[in-house]
Amino acid sequence: MSGFTMPSATLLAQSVLSGVFVGALYGLLGLGLSLSWGLLRLINLAHFAFAFLAAYLCYQMAQAGVDPLLSLGLIVPLFFAIGAGLHWGMMKFQITPFNSLLITFGLTGIVEALIQTIWTADFRKLESSYGEERFKLAGLYVPLPELITLGLAVSLSFAVWAVLRFTDMGKALRASAEDSAVAAAFGINERRNALLLAGTCSALASIAGVCLALGFTLAPSQIYAWIGVVFAAVMLGGLGRALAPLVAGIVIGVSEAVTMAVTAPSWAPLVSFTLLIAILLFRPGRAA
Amino acid sequence: MNGPPAAPAALPPRGAPLVARQSRFHGGRLQRLRIPLAIVAAAAALAFVPALGLPAFYDSLLYLILHWIVLATSWNILSGYTGYFSFGHGAFFGAGIYTSATLMSRWDWPFLWTLPVAAAVACVLGVVVGAIVFRVKGIRGEVFALLTLAVTFVLGTVIVNTPIDGGNGVSLAAVPIPKLAPTPSGTFYLLALAAATLTLLLAWGIAASKLGAGLFAIHDDEDAAEVIGVPTYRYKLIALAISCALAGAAGGIHALFLNYVTVGEVFTIAVPLTVVLMSVLGGTRHWAGPAVGAVAIPLLLYSFTAANYAVAGKAMIGVILIAAILFMPDGILPRLQRLWQRRLADAPAAALPRAALPAAPAQAAAERGGVLLKARGLAKSFRGVRALAGADVEVRRGEILGLLGPNGSGKSTFINVVSGHYLPSGGSVVFEGQELAGRAAHRIARAGISRTYQIPRPFAQQTVLDNVALAAMFGGGIATPAAARREAMAWLAFAGLQDKALQRPDALNLHQRKFLELARALASRPRLVLLDEVLCGLTPSEIDDAVALVRRIRDQGSTVVFVEHVMRAVMALTDRVVVFDHGELLAVGPAAEVMQRPEVMRAYLGQAVDAEAGRA
Repeated sequence: MSGFTMPSATLLAQSVLSGVFVGALYGLLGLGLSLSWGLLRLINLAHFAFAFLAAYLCYQMAQAGVDPLLSLGLIVPLFFAIGAGLHWGMMKFQITPFNSLLITFGLTGIVEALIQTIWTADFRKLESSYGEERFKLAGLYVPLPELITLGLAVSLSFAVWAVLRFTDMGKALRASAEDSAVAAAFGINERRNALLLAGTCSALASIAGVCLALGFTLAPSQIYAWIGVVFAAVMLGGLGRALAPLVAGIVIGVSEAVTMAVTAPSWAPLVSFTLLIAILLFRPGRAA
Repeated sequence: MNGPPAAPAALPPRGAPLVARQSRFHGGRLQRLRIPLAIVAAAAALAFVPALGLPAFYDSLLYLILHWIVLATSWNILSGYTGYFSFGHGAFFGAGIYTSATLMSRWDWPFLWTLPVAAAVACVLGVVVGAIVFRVKGIRGEVFALLTLAVTFVLGTVIVNTPIDGGNGVSLAAVPIPKLAPTPSGTFYLLALAAATLTLLLAWGIAASKLGAGLFAIHDDEDAAEVIGVPTYRYKLIALAISCALAGAAGGIHALFLNYVTVGEVFTIAVPLTVVLMSVLGGTRHWAGPAVGAVAIPLLLYSFTAANYAVAGKAMIGVILIAAILFMPDGILPRLQRLWQRRLADAPAAALPRAALPAAPAQAAAERGGVLLKARGLAKSFRGVRALAGADVEVRRGEILGLLGPNGSGKSTFINVVSGHYLPSGGSVVFEGQELAGRAAHRIARAGISRTYQIPRPFAQQTVLDNVALAAMFGGGIATPAAARREAMAWLAFAGLQDKALQRPDALNLHQRKFLELARALASRPRLVLLDEVLCGLTPSEIDDAVALVRRIRDQGSTVVFVEHVMRAVMALTDRVVVFDHGELLAVGPAAEVMQRPEVMRAYLGQAVDAEAGRA
């Protein structure tokens, strides 16, 4: 066991800040996952594969000189269509939540193979004007890509929260999740709403994917590296909620970063999974 | 297994049909042992493969297939049978790997001696995890899956950060491989063959036994299983312990096969996902289902990797998984079985077991009248709402007692607390001299109390016959499924459902499902039957049938407590009624008299009637 060393105040603050940044990405990835699990009863493992596919598309377009943020204009509608199409199939076959987990796992394998065929198994790093930008704020380094991620995560989470809370659409979605038969009897077009929501979840995954491409190196096998932590964030926050994944993601990100600074980087996974186990054992109703 | 609870003298003794039972058993023994004999014979034949002198590559491929048979089948013993999908099989497998690797590299243990220890360590780890996880109420399938997945990564993190691994992995290059076969790969093959044989025998034995029947019942409806007498907590732990021990042993063998073990390769998501894939593909409700998947997937992958299409193989597995779930949700094996059974469907009657005995004769009148159950100050609160506020109820042996009262007065809560579905907040329930309050529902069932649900809760994936047989086995303490089915036939005949014995519950209408619920409640030969609104939702003529049936239930020797709103039935059936209001006892006595009392009329009809009654 590597000994505990107390890092300096600046190092600690820098750790907390990088924890907030990576936590924002956990939250952004978790947002769509939480919505589709909580409101559509669809546990979408392919969410991560979609994010990586979007990241690679963004990388490819950047190679051709397209600004990563501009590429969102193409990527978001594309993944909206993919997500809605996938959910159309799920509804057609009346898939149970557990089988949706297995099916989307199969889909993840297919997408991973697709990525590996096109872009090989090597690590890829998006080179863009954003990547080099970083500025100093109160003695701390703030990289621009991570700041963009944080901004997108916070604004999208609040946007989704507002839609769910204040619009008829959002109320209808929550009603359908609670009791779809009764909601349908009150004139809610459940199919249309579900397709819209599924499309939105995948679109959110693709936005998270672009953020991923901005800040991290990409490899097909990395798809699985994110699953555990993001699921921990989703379950920690509670299903079907818009702001909770972001908050939980930042809590996990900061705890991991501080753990890494105080002990050794290899201890980091213990934090998120211990949190996950604790929350499941002591508040299992939260995830129901 | 436990013997049947001591039945009152009035019940027909269980020994009566025993002669017939034994003779049938002897005739069928070879038939029943056909499958384990086939497993052993196949293993014996396969044991000669290393002697053929095939290239080492084939021994290794066969080793991997057997390795996956052990992992997938052991996973299925808990997860397939009970429906609690564990994604933590990699943790138990990894615990076996590291136990064996550590013992060999650090303490120079001989390889074979490490295997039992690897199994034991994985088993203890599994039991500790299970003992905590299964205690938490409300853990559903998806939550259990993620929780067990988290255990994998926590264990991996701990191992990589401690001297067990130290971050560099453990090399086993210096460990000698025992010479069980001419070549090392042959040795691994033989070890995996032995492990696979043991695993398949266990998986078959469990599926064919009382333990398996209980696990399948947990899969279909865990609450109902507990109420008919299945010790659900203990059964889940036993299944988990066996499952983990087998995975640990497979890990121990695999440690030396790998020769060099690292946390990064051992504690991954790959092991749980592969075993889930194999089991779902083959069929999780069948003991041999995972083995079918475990043969198919490596062969498929091999045919792709051999042709240098490894990436296509990965995609292929995804396609197969999706296709299997969409078009064969039960798996390959059950699908084949159904095709086979359709061909044999011409003689279905032959498959029905003979009924154990004719329905029992009337109970001796001398038995009647004593106190059978006594509830004192029985209370139940839900977060401050007092559903039952200290009720004192006496049930006399041989009577039909009606529980009446407006909605929300505590009638159903009384049944739920006495049957152990809810834990009481206070008070005591003494049944035949035993204190039952606070006991687990399955122990109350075994003590001789059974119940029905207002909305029938049959085990949806089992035949009508097996639904009733489960109650005979667990509540009634019959040791073997075959004997329980004969007992069940008698109770199906009693409820008039003998023609539906081999159908699934979803083929029954509401009336028949209610009667199935009754047959299931009776099959454990309870001294006390609690009926929760059996007549609700039935047509007038169906009510007449049900009233006659309830009377026959009492006549064959059980005491009946029933909650009912149909007053015609209450008047016709009950010896006494108890009226509840706001969780408290309002009145006790014969129905005709109690219903005239002003306080009862007030509770039912409101204040205005009271004023009128006062004037009259």
